Amino acid sequence: MMTGAEAIIESLKNENVDVVFGYPGGSVLTLYDALYQANFKHILTKHEQGAVHAADGYARATGKVGVVIATSGPGATNLVTGIATAYMDSIPLVAITGQVAVPLIGRDSFQEADIRGITTPITKHNYLVKKVEDLPGVLKEAFYIARTGRPGPVVVDVVKDVFAAVLDYQYPKEVKLRGYRPIFAGNLETIDKVFKELSLAQKPLIFVGGGVNLSGASAVLRDLIEQTGFPVISSLMGLGCLPFDHPQFLGMVGMHGTYAANMATTECDLLLGIGVRFDDRVTGLLSEFAKKAKVVHFDIDPAEINKNVMAHLRVVGDLNWSLPALVERVKDVSAELKGHVQSWNDKVISWQQEKPLNYEHQTDLVMPQEVIEKVSQLTQGDAVIVTDVGQHQMWVAQYFGFKNPRSLLTSGGLGTMGYGLPAALGAQCGLPDRKVILFVGDGGIMMNCQELATAANYGFPVKVLIFNNQTLGMVSQWQRMFYGGRYSHTSLKGNTDFVKLAEAMGVTGLRVTKAEELDKVLEEALATPGPVVVDIRTPEKVDVLPMVPAGARLDQMILGGSEG
Amino acid sequence: MKHTLAVLVENRPGVLTHISGLISRRAFNIESIAAGYTEEPDTTRITIVVEGDEIEQEQVVNQLSKLVDVIKITDLTAVESIQRELVLIKVKASVETRSDIINIVDIFRARIIDVNRETMVIELSGDETKIDALCQVLEDDHGIIEIVRTGKIALSRGPIPAKDR
Repeated sequence: MMTGAEAIIESLKNENVDVVFGYPGGSVLTLYDALYQANFKHILTKHEQGAVHAADGYARATGKVGVVIATSGPGATNLVTGIATAYMDSIPLVAITGQVAVPLIGRDSFQEADIRGITTPITKHNYLVKKVEDLPGVLKEAFYIARTGRPGPVVVDVVKDVFAAVLDYQYPKEVKLRGYRPIFAGNLETIDKVFKELSLAQKPLIFVGGGVNLSGASAVLRDLIEQTGFPVISSLMGLGCLPFDHPQFLGMVGMHGTYAANMATTECDLLLGIGVRFDDRVTGLLSEFAKKAKVVHFDIDPAEINKNVMAHLRVVGDLNWSLPALVERVKDVSAELKGHVQSWNDKVISWQQEKPLNYEHQTDLVMPQEVIEKVSQLTQGDAVIVTDVGQHQMWVAQYFGFKNPRSLLTSGGLGTMGYGLPAALGAQCGLPDRKVILFVGDGGIMMNCQELATAANYGFPVKVLIFNNQTLGMVSQWQRMFYGGRYSHTSLKGNTDFVKLAEAMGVTGLRVTKAEELDKVLEEALATPGPVVVDIRTPEKVDVLPMVPAGARLDQMILGGSEG
Repeated sequence: MKHTLAVLVENRPGVLTHISGLISRRAFNIESIAAGYTEEPDTTRITIVVEGDEIEQEQVVNQLSKLVDVIKITDLTAVESIQRELVLIKVKASVETRSDIINIVDIFRARIIDVNRETMVIELSGDETKIDALCQVLEDDHGIIEIVRTGKIALSRGPIPAKDR
């Protein structure tokens, strides 16, 4: 016999959870008492939003389920942005929240919020546990649902009395859910049809997304690319699943995609979308997207098919099933396929050479793109990179040069400012031996800057590189381009001394104001043990280019640099 | 076009929240929704009528299928099926007008289930157009005080239940 709180700890152990992130409060006191008595590893952040983003960063970096705990009412509602962030990017999370005692539910009691109702649109599933004997089964289901199929966040709201109630604990061995059977293998006949399309295509293009990173199918994807010789583009979330310097890789597609990637998408006659959801930041004007192409859509989630882009062929199933099956079909005709697409490949490469990514180099000012390239060199592209949201996020996507899956942690779908710092801490917690580097703007850092104190408390050696251009960069870029340069409330001039802020929280603070200081300070930051903040002063008016204006066609790019 | 979906779900608290939440989040065009217990105590059956083209209809089915508590969805538009709706109509009725109302009720094979000095309550089950027609006549000739409709429920013909389709 044990209490509900102890049963939760036992269940976490059964699920091989080695750390939880959270923040205590009234209705989870009994659970926190059990954590204390079990000496279970818990990371205390400074804000529940920090805890949930940290659990998300942990999950993205390690591939395991992230676990976060918060109290009822405001504790639970502070998780909402983090849960929505995880939901949009299909990140496995289990959030355990306390709920007021059964007799108090529905009476607007102190610290009561209907977190189940609130999180229904932003969770894969959620539960309210009112009976202690339901706990083991619910937790088993929660972890199973979070990690299988298309992953996602699950909320388990537990009524306060349940933590103290006693049960005869038995953790179920398996899950029985009539309405949830994640698909692994699909129909082999569709693979034959896809193969047929591959052999007919003159201008094929492979488009990879977050699904490849999430499913761990990078190796087999690389196989497919080697066997077919087809050119490849990626979404933001797909970066890293093949090395940036692979000769067939054209870079990121979409609003801030490369010229070659966007042109290839416009001109291709067969588009293989692999683990992608054809987000509006990718497609631009949807009705004109890849208009000359037959689309083959590979996804584990049947609801993604025909949601945005109509698929000529659908391959529903785990990429670890579909991609090997396709590789099996193409490997005998590999040479033919490659010969077939030679002239298309030449064309695509000429686009890439004609208009590569480029930016204006300055002798005195520190260009943000240059910082990113420098960090990539210094870390040999091997670090775990975390970003916040905005201009720096797009520059990291364009210029960092990712080599490995799960090496870019970024809020792609929801675009959550304030995500970066706590997510970096979670990643570092999960991968203590890796270098974790956060790129963040001077706007985004302030949205969860309290977590610098968490970094100092636990000694997480995250390197925080603040691109301090004294403005909300991406918003002001749109104001410059589309709102006649009326900079409504985007100036952040003179607000904060980030070096002092870092030092006040127990973090080393460094600063770069001139281009000549950059190398030295970056090297110092990377060599300094423990967490470091680098306040990097960058010019105010630099645009992320190329840019496809919202609602325009992908080939209607505003190009940058010397092509201006 | 309209599609009638038979949605079998776990009979658990919160299921209807999940379904209605999904419908509003995805901005689906739902004409009616009716839920009730079934021959299996742990299963609830919901009949949903969706308005929209094939693509929209496919999205509704796919997104609803993703809900963990949704066991099975069958599109009853594609098979031979019986579709019914129940309505209760409170109509203005004086001593003088009662007999005319009774005539109308007979023609529609409806039933009178309550009478008092100023009103009558009429019950009718049938398809949507029949119910609409009765409502129209009663409104035009006598005046309706209030109406309650259940939304459509549907069952396939023949021996195969929705759960096995």
